[in-house]
Amino acid sequence: MASPDRRTAYVNARLLDPASGLDAPGALLTVGEAIADLGPGLFADGVPEGIEVVDCGGHCLCPGLIDIHANLREPGAEHQETLATGSQAAAAGGVTTVAALPDTNPPIDEAALVEFVARRARDTAIVNVVPMAALTRGLGGREITEIGLLSQSGAVAFTDGARPVADAQVMRRALAYATVFDALIIQPAEEPALAAEGCMNEGEVAMRLGLSGVPSCAETIMVERDLRLVESTGGRYHAAHLSIADSIDCVRAAKARGLAVSCGATPHSFALNETAVGDYRTFTKVKPPLRAEPDRRAVVAGLADGTIDVISSGHAPLDQESKRLPFAQAAFGIIGLETMLPLALELHHNGHLPLLDLLAKMTARPASLLGLAAGRLAPGAPADLLLFDLEAPWRIDERNFRSKCKNSPFDGRPVQGRPLRTVVGGETVYTAEAGG
Amino acid sequence: MTGPRTYVFPHRHLLGIEGLSPEDIGGLLDLAESYVEQNRQVDKKQSILRGRTQINLFFESSTRTRTSFELAGKRLGADVINMSVAASAIKKGETLIDTAMTLNAMHPDVLVVRHPDSGAVQLLSEKVDCSVINAGDGSHQHPTQALLDALTIRRRKGRLAGLTVAICGDILHSRVARSNIHLLNVMGARVRLVAPPTLLPAQVDRLGVDVCHDMREGLANCDIVMMLRLQTERMHGRFVPSVREYFHFYGLDASRLAAACPDALVMHPGPMNRGVEIDSELADDIDRSLIREQVEMGVAVRMACLEALTRPLPNRPGER
Repeated sequence: MASPDRRTAYVNARLLDPASGLDAPGALLTVGEAIADLGPGLFADGVPEGIEVVDCGGHCLCPGLIDIHANLREPGAEHQETLATGSQAAAAGGVTTVAALPDTNPPIDEAALVEFVARRARDTAIVNVVPMAALTRGLGGREITEIGLLSQSGAVAFTDGARPVADAQVMRRALAYATVFDALIIQPAEEPALAAEGCMNEGEVAMRLGLSGVPSCAETIMVERDLRLVESTGGRYHAAHLSIADSIDCVRAAKARGLAVSCGATPHSFALNETAVGDYRTFTKVKPPLRAEPDRRAVVAGLADGTIDVISSGHAPLDQESKRLPFAQAAFGIIGLETMLPLALELHHNGHLPLLDLLAKMTARPASLLGLAAGRLAPGAPADLLLFDLEAPWRIDERNFRSKCKNSPFDGRPVQGRPLRTVVGGETVYTAEAGG
Repeated sequence: MTGPRTYVFPHRHLLGIEGLSPEDIGGLLDLAESYVEQNRQVDKKQSILRGRTQINLFFESSTRTRTSFELAGKRLGADVINMSVAASAIKKGETLIDTAMTLNAMHPDVLVVRHPDSGAVQLLSEKVDCSVINAGDGSHQHPTQALLDALTIRRRKGRLAGLTVAICGDILHSRVARSNIHLLNVMGARVRLVAPPTLLPAQVDRLGVDVCHDMREGLANCDIVMMLRLQTERMHGRFVPSVREYFHFYGLDASRLAAACPDALVMHPGPMNRGVEIDSELADDIDRSLIREQVEMGVAVRMACLEALTRPLPNRPGER
């Protein structure tokens, strides 16, 4: 973190702040760890002595991205990722705050463990890592965790990670109890019994490949069930990543009824469809599975009309031993911290979403869901910034990944737009020149 | 017209029927045809695979397919080795790719592979330098079974084009069905699938087949009835309620077969569950059942596949 009197001026920038709707050329001043001032007129007459100057070259300066859904694997699977390597990947991807999923080993289901993750992150990570806590003890799906104490110790949300809470009574009580602490409950919406044998989307591709499918109703049924429970309890509910037209419709209708629900989507759910599985490419094996083209389009439409609130990476690092297997045996998961921004920008370049709306889903919206002060450009807000080139064409190359794992189906994909500089608490943690 | 020996198979591996042209299929069948008589002679030995090493790598138990491939290789003069991996390396934690690398280092010329997971044979083929024949992968493909079925039909009916073939039973889990559907479609036959909805994969109609849930309706006017095996663990309540109920509605017996063409023939890839999917007497009826002939054609078809894949290899040891 920057020392309290360190002052940095980011001049010649295109300021983008989704929270206030600002999109204008201008400058921004950070003092210590916070934003002190910003605006079109700032430093119009030059930057005074004693202030470090960063010339943004006319590129976009926005709040650092906030990823609400990432596996950092520490503790327990440090061979796949650590808080340190995961945070380096985040920095390279323009992500300044990562909400770390609790399905580690051991699972983060006690206050001491939440504090452990926060402390380890403070010592080793170069971006902000905010821990989430398990919703049920040991991720067992039976007994709810100490939501109040865990919240007090710093848990920003409650989820069993990749495991859906299958028992409706457990979910109902968790939602009801969480209202006392205004805690956010995140559910990977999938009915486990329907998804049990499936390893990709049910449909023509799975049928041809002889792979067992996950039917789309597995997601829709769980979303509908949970929405009913939210309706009767008033809990704050977030469906982790939706992939199906029907389930997105359910959330759309629930929001129209005034329910306080939100949902997310991952870049692979709008950048790929089931045909990417091709000849059994295990790097495309993920939960929820890559879906049919009409569903992919429904995700894009849901993002465009605001039904889908956030874009999250779903970062799930997996080593070669977990993926170099026959498709049915391979593990589920795709890494995403370093590819989230350029893949999301495809939606802007293709004309689906205005830039500010798109950025809001990775800044202001996740910040408000998690109750963070970050995610906006405003005096007093944390100096967590992302400077990015909106137009630069490049090719995703797995050799440049900072993550410990390379399980990305996007290797070689041509994309447009990339981070130039990532700033956390006033301190630059990544620059494109240094980072290649 | 080109003879069976001038046909050149343009693929390095035989992983499935999908992707083969009518010429490829016809070429393999013609080649197989030439081995049928040979296999009925006292002296069955050929030398065109002399000096070649064929490894039969089976990750799933099999008697007839493995024996058939073993005989085919030996009759062509290859050195044939059988490996049952289910019992050895996998238990020691060796992965499929490790096994492939290990075998590859021994320089085989052909690997014949069966694996319980769809796509596993293709994965293995990407890691080795030799030709790979898929002897069945999960619920995906079993190309030599479809070829031997086609050869059996062609010899009895004289053609494949224009025939109506009903494939009945557990389509969902069947690699035999998937390979046969592709082959029969490519060769111009009409395919009808008959099964309860729980044994049909989603969107199976996208393969260009008719689908029906009633045996009498499904068998009406068909020339060939292909029965599939229903595995024991799928019988009791998971996919169908019971053996009794399954045989009652989806088993094949003489009275059901009466709905088909008068000269309709019955096939089964084996091993049969007598009294589950097929009536015992009908299975043994030599006028209607092709089941034993299928087994015989299996050896000829596998000889043809082995020859087609190894013929492009340099320094052929002997001319025919």
